[in-house]
Amino acid sequence: MADRSGPISARPHWAGLLAAALLLALGLGSLGAVLVWAGGFGALSNADFAALRFTLIQALLSALLSCVLAVPLARALARRHFVMRGLWVTLLGAPFILPVIVAVMGLLVIFGRAGVVNMLSGFWNGPQISIYGLSGVVLAHVFFNLPLVTRMLLHGWLAIPAEQFRLADSLAFTPRDRFRLIEWPMLRGLMPGAFALVFLICTTSFAVALILGGGPKATTVELAIYQAFRFEFDLGHAAILAVLQIALGLAAALWAYGARAPRDVAQGLDRTRILLAPAGLPARLLDGVILGAASLFIIGPMVAIVLNGVAGLGDLTSSLWPAILRSMAVAMAAMLITLALAVALSAAITARPKLAWLFEGIIYMMLAVSPLVIGTGLFLLIFPVIDPVSVALPITALINAALALPFVVQVILPAYRQSEARFGRLADQLGLSGVDRLRWVILPRLSRPLGFGAGLAAALSIGDLGVVALFADPSQPTLPLYTYQLMGAYRTDAAAGAALVLLGLTLATFWLFDKGGRTYADT
Amino acid sequence: MLTLEALHLRQDTFSLQAELTAARGQIIAVMGPSGAGKSTLLSALGGFLIPQAGRIYWDGTDITYTPPAARPMAMVFQDNNLFVHLSAWQNVALGLRPNMRLDARQRAQVASALARVGLSDMAHRKPAQLSGGQQGRVALARVLVQSRPILLLDEPFAALGPALRAEMLDLVAELARDLDALVLMVTHLPEDAARIADQIILVAEGQAHPPQEAQSLLDDPPPALRAYLG
Repeated sequence: MADRSGPISARPHWAGLLAAALLLALGLGSLGAVLVWAGGFGALSNADFAALRFTLIQALLSALLSCVLAVPLARALARRHFVMRGLWVTLLGAPFILPVIVAVMGLLVIFGRAGVVNMLSGFWNGPQISIYGLSGVVLAHVFFNLPLVTRMLLHGWLAIPAEQFRLADSLAFTPRDRFRLIEWPMLRGLMPGAFALVFLICTTSFAVALILGGGPKATTVELAIYQAFRFEFDLGHAAILAVLQIALGLAAALWAYGARAPRDVAQGLDRTRILLAPAGLPARLLDGVILGAASLFIIGPMVAIVLNGVAGLGDLTSSLWPAILRSMAVAMAAMLITLALAVALSAAITARPKLAWLFEGIIYMMLAVSPLVIGTGLFLLIFPVIDPVSVALPITALINAALALPFVVQVILPAYRQSEARFGRLADQLGLSGVDRLRWVILPRLSRPLGFGAGLAAALSIGDLGVVALFADPSQPTLPLYTYQLMGAYRTDAAAGAALVLLGLTLATFWLFDKGGRTYADT
Repeated sequence: MLTLEALHLRQDTFSLQAELTAARGQIIAVMGPSGAGKSTLLSALGGFLIPQAGRIYWDGTDITYTPPAARPMAMVFQDNNLFVHLSAWQNVALGLRPNMRLDARQRAQVASALARVGLSDMAHRKPAQLSGGQQGRVALARVLVQSRPILLLDEPFAALGPALRAEMLDLVAELARDLDALVLMVTHLPEDAARIADQIILVAEGQAHPPQEAQSLLDDPPPALRAYLG
């Protein structure tokens, strides 16, 4: 009998409360510091409003394109059976952990001024495209988010009971009827959430705008904060911009939350059920073209990085090694912090269902806060005490950990709930609490999601080019910052080499942790 | 002596009253229609459900709000009695120390408990490598090392065949004798009750009745039990 309503063993769950308090302090504390510094509103210039407008426009366009393009792609994936389909679906997850600077450099090889597309176009005397400015920012955001939305929709398609499609066939539905009566209701359920989530991600994205944006016409609020901070040394201006960014992020987050944006973006898609597909040649041809184009778009930049990078490896200097070490140290610290927070919060949410909304809300807030705002806030808080540059790396690790948390919790919480539902009472009966419970129940039961979550957190942190750009010592860069410096110095070959190293490091780290978790679970 | 004093359990729309006592050395079957609250009663005794009102005493000590592990009880659940990622030995060892750091004397205790249930040579197997009956034996070996005066069994052998179930029940009776324990065992099978129980607590119509002599109750069941037994 399922009577889980009132266990006496419910401990206060200090770890969970502490984790929630830390997140609140990070979010609200830095916000408070920023507000105090800003000293009231009204200091916004026309350029700031232009930045706000640009942020909204690029986020709306990116969300719109990602969602619209994901529909045919997800449908083709859901109903076609082809060689290496599993690998294809796995690759859809790759952009999520791909360092922004790596992806952008790959996109530059394809779509840049001297890129493949312009070369081909020039060969036929066609028009030249520019990847800088609005089009470039949107292109990069679509590159990151199209696979994300496609995975969500693929989930939706595979969740439609097969009987419905069989019924449709037996009732001689036309493809239009099928879409209108079976597929559209599913899409209508998922689309608002997916759209809002991509919009939210794009409003807080910084590195894309840093590399591809800039200038009066293509500056986001995040980028404006960075410039006020780094180039104008105007903390007050940075602070008022941060307030603007927070308002924007919270509004977008509330929208996404209200639209029930699916957050299980990092989940695997193990199901390989293939839907009954229309067999006609036009339909097959159409799906083939869609899949081919998507392959070029998603895999092309990654291939370009590899091809270009190999040539550039020889141009790398010995300063690469300390950059790798710094990045790995930050990533390992961020990974440990994320896992500790995720486990503590999962425990609290599971044990206190009535307070779950509060914990989950605080975690969700981490999607809305921008790394630059937290960075600015922490800078303002600590610079009277110590030189912020000297603690740039620990702070980067902490902020990276907080930013990865919503995704990692999404992976760990369901497994935690399952483990507690199955073994919670037995563990309570045997007095397994605290470290003992962690050692003998939670870690062994959760090794798979923990390995996956660790890989995710570490990979996201290795590739981070956010806070670290804000206040790291330029002579002591992490690997992404080092790559960015090489790009800025027009050492293109060396930059391509560094990007390849960064790509390899990110993928290898993710793979190692994920594999480690699986291996441990199978012993 | 276990005393339930004006105990009132609530769960959603369901509620159960209990007022009874039971002593060490007794084996009591808890019987009644499905959904009457047999498992709920055991949950409350085990510390997994906070009572709406009333008290639970053991030998005069109030244990109403004592956490599960600190109660004088060992419990065998319907299922999930073993951690599937730990060996039989480890599962038993957790009954002695939650951190599994055992001294030589405790190690000997685990070994002798496993020997007592006939699993000496399977100590290092994981539950997946054991049969259903063997898994039940590991759980009972743990009960043995926990050495608590009260043993709560929530239909633990329901998934086993008749012969194996009878064997496990006999083992329970032996262990209870060794420990001089009070056994409360939920079952829906009169033959289980008849096999090892001296008394029966009838749970029906929102009421857990005081224990009654098992054989006479089964021979001449009151209307509520008669309706259930058919």
